[in-house]
Amino acid sequence: MSHTLIVLLHDRPGVLHRAVSLFRRRGYNIESLTVGHSEVPGVSRMTAVVDAKDVEQVIRQLSRIVEVLTVSDVTNVPVVVRETALLKVSVTADAQAALLAVGAELGARAIDVGPSTVVFELTAEPWAVDEFIAAVRPYGIRELMRSGHLAMRCGATADTVGAAAAPYYFQADGMSDPDSVEG
Amino acid sequence: MSTTLEARTGAQIMCEALIRQGVEVMFGIPGGAIMPFYHAMPEYADRLRHVLCRHEQGAGHAAEGYARASGRVGVCIGTSGPGATNLVTPIADAWMDSTPLVAITGQVHSALIGTDAFQETDITGITVPITKHNYLVRHVADLPRVFAEAFHLASTGRPGPVLVDVTKDAQQATAVPEWDVTLDLPGYRDDRERAVDHDAVREAVRLLQRARRPLILAGNGVIQSGAHAELRTLAERTGIPVITTLHGLGAFPQDHPLSLGMPGMHGWVHVNRAIQECDVLFNIGSRFDDRVTGKVSAFAPRAAVIHLDVDPSEIGKNVRTAVALVGDARRVLRVLLDELPACAPPPSAWLARIRAMQEVHEPRQAYRRRPDTPVLMPHDVYAALNAALAARGSYRVVTDVGQHQMWAAQLLDWRRPRTHITSGGSGTMGFAVPAALGAAIACPDETIWVVVGDGGFQMTNQELATIQQEGITNVKIALINNGYLGMVRQWQELFEGRRYSGTPLSGPSFTRLAEAYGVRGIAVDTVDAVPGAIAEAWDHPGPVLIDFRVEREANVFPIVPQGKSIGEMLVSADRAEEPPCLTH
Ligand SMILES: Cc1ncc(C[n+]2csc(CCOP(=O)(O)OP(=O)(O)O)c2C)c(N)n1
Ligand SMILES: [Mg+2]
Repeated sequence: MSHTLIVLLHDRPGVLHRAVSLFRRRGYNIESLTVGHSEVPGVSRMTAVVDAKDVEQVIRQLSRIVEVLTVSDVTNVPVVVRETALLKVSVTADAQAALLAVGAELGARAIDVGPSTVVFELTAEPWAVDEFIAAVRPYGIRELMRSGHLAMRCGATADTVGAAAAPYYFQADGMSDPDSVEG
Repeated sequence: MSTTLEARTGAQIMCEALIRQGVEVMFGIPGGAIMPFYHAMPEYADRLRHVLCRHEQGAGHAAEGYARASGRVGVCIGTSGPGATNLVTPIADAWMDSTPLVAITGQVHSALIGTDAFQETDITGITVPITKHNYLVRHVADLPRVFAEAFHLASTGRPGPVLVDVTKDAQQATAVPEWDVTLDLPGYRDDRERAVDHDAVREAVRLLQRARRPLILAGNGVIQSGAHAELRTLAERTGIPVITTLHGLGAFPQDHPLSLGMPGMHGWVHVNRAIQECDVLFNIGSRFDDRVTGKVSAFAPRAAVIHLDVDPSEIGKNVRTAVALVGDARRVLRVLLDELPACAPPPSAWLARIRAMQEVHEPRQAYRRRPDTPVLMPHDVYAALNAALAARGSYRVVTDVGQHQMWAAQLLDWRRPRTHITSGGSGTMGFAVPAALGAAIACPDETIWVVVGDGGFQMTNQELATIQQEGITNVKIALINNGYLGMVRQWQELFEGRRYSGTPLSGPSFTRLAEAYGVRGIAVDTVDAVPGAIAEAWDHPGPVLIDFRVEREANVFPIVPQGKSIGEMLVSADRAEEPPCLTH
């Protein structure tokens, strides 16, 4: 099943290579991977959507990377997930109004309207991005770029290393397997 | 050495950093990109010995052998490009066997990086999956911190290899070193220091006390953390029998009444059956490698597993775990012993049952007996070597990879930690001769026996020249010469209808080859000559190679065929053992 992980990384040369290399060599399937700056200088933040039977193992392997500061699985907690897509859609002059209406209805912004193409920008939940892409596909998609998922917990709980939190280590909760085979 | 405030080259700083880390010896080969470092070495030669090897692979294994024998960090050196890539095999080996290793490589001038310069190789990129961490150092100012971090990472937590790649200009630039550095490793923690989970300890104690058929499985972690005394106390206090993995050999004395021997692909029948029957399996510092578990879904089907490991990622990775204990084996075992009443009744009926299984199976194990033949069997060599080791003491045994390695694990009695040194996880042929030279330097007052096949010996035998040049006298090589890549040949015999493709092997005159390197060569092809040759080798005040020309098609039994459960073993070429039937 798919799991959404938020990973904080000490921003050092090669750190992204280490993370990606780990996903590849351990055979974890990445559905989406997004990396960028966090609120703390020198700390990068990654949202990874992985398809893994044993997500606990993925988390522990990630945690072995020296630059990995924290890993949280936010799959089953209240979380906002967003994705941005840029789409260049081909359209004839006749159909342009209809296409713009589809965009308006589904919340996409037309940010570049030309004689034969329209570039849309949509930031939404990933399923809504899928929906928009499906809706405009009949017009003809010339170009598409999706950003990958960005995830953040709802409410006051934050995935942050904070200034006071150092050293910040991954704490595996429930190290003991609750479904003990004993008995 | 320069005074504290004097500026010095990066290369000098590297030497001083190594001395500050307590390094006394390093193994390597120079080349263009690492020449500044070599230029600095003679100034420090009184404190920092450099051993020139004949191949960087040899240098890496020598550093591993040094580390495994001494418990300290091994250091190896290579130049950029091919020097660095030649180190990849020992780095991978150290990664698989959690051996503390710092590999230092030269890199091209930082201005040339990325231009495919002469001997430029992206060694940090190449070694990402086989190092605990690695560094590319471009600035001289970073050297003190990077070296401090590299040794810290290599030697703490779960030990492993760390590579430090230093550009030529960083070695040449000058700076006043700032030794008072703080490690900048916010994402790293030494899991040995992790607070002991007392609830988990109590749960483990409860399981051990309620168990009717408990077993302890002891691995490399016991040796690495120095927990052998605690392991022995635990076993004796509870009466729980102990099995030892390949890398756990020596963690528990094999002549102890509670010692059962080695499990797994070439483990004893009674040991594997005990695993299949046990109701609690306490794994201390081993990682449930597939050579131990066989078909993992059928491994220890009745057992609640307690797993103690310094690396949390090992827990639950291969085998379902009922109780997880993360931390240093010695520390956690001490806490556990505090919780364990002194008088838990020993499950003696269980031990008696295992011993009964051993009685039934041992006589059937043809590999133990010498078939009625005048040909020198490998087992004759092991029997005589075992007797000599017991009589003389003060030894280490370094084995290579193949049949001879498994016979050594099975047929020698392992009594003390760090006496058995081999390449386990990686199974690197060519490991033994260089690793033995490293062990010989770590333990100059002990006799280092090498047990090596004719195949593996020919992969790294050039290190005999290093032994000669360094004046190493305490290495004695037992070459188990069967004229085959024996372990592969055995699989071809048992599972591929004796189709010996690519396995028959010729060699030089091994004794004359040895003599060419100033190593005494002795050839043995009769049973009677074995003990005398071993005694002669032991007494000779220099390195010796004994070419034991053994039966060519002897096999290692028992063997669990690939993909089978450890309950299904072949005990001879034509007979399998049925899975056990638990009667109570
Ligand atoms: C570097 C390397 N190459 C190939 C192998 C595969 N392999 C495993 S055992 C073995 C045969 C070893 O032959 P030898 O050294 O003569 O020992 P023997 O099994 O005959 O005792 C081979 C080729 C390996 N483990 N390592
Ligand atoms: Mg051989």
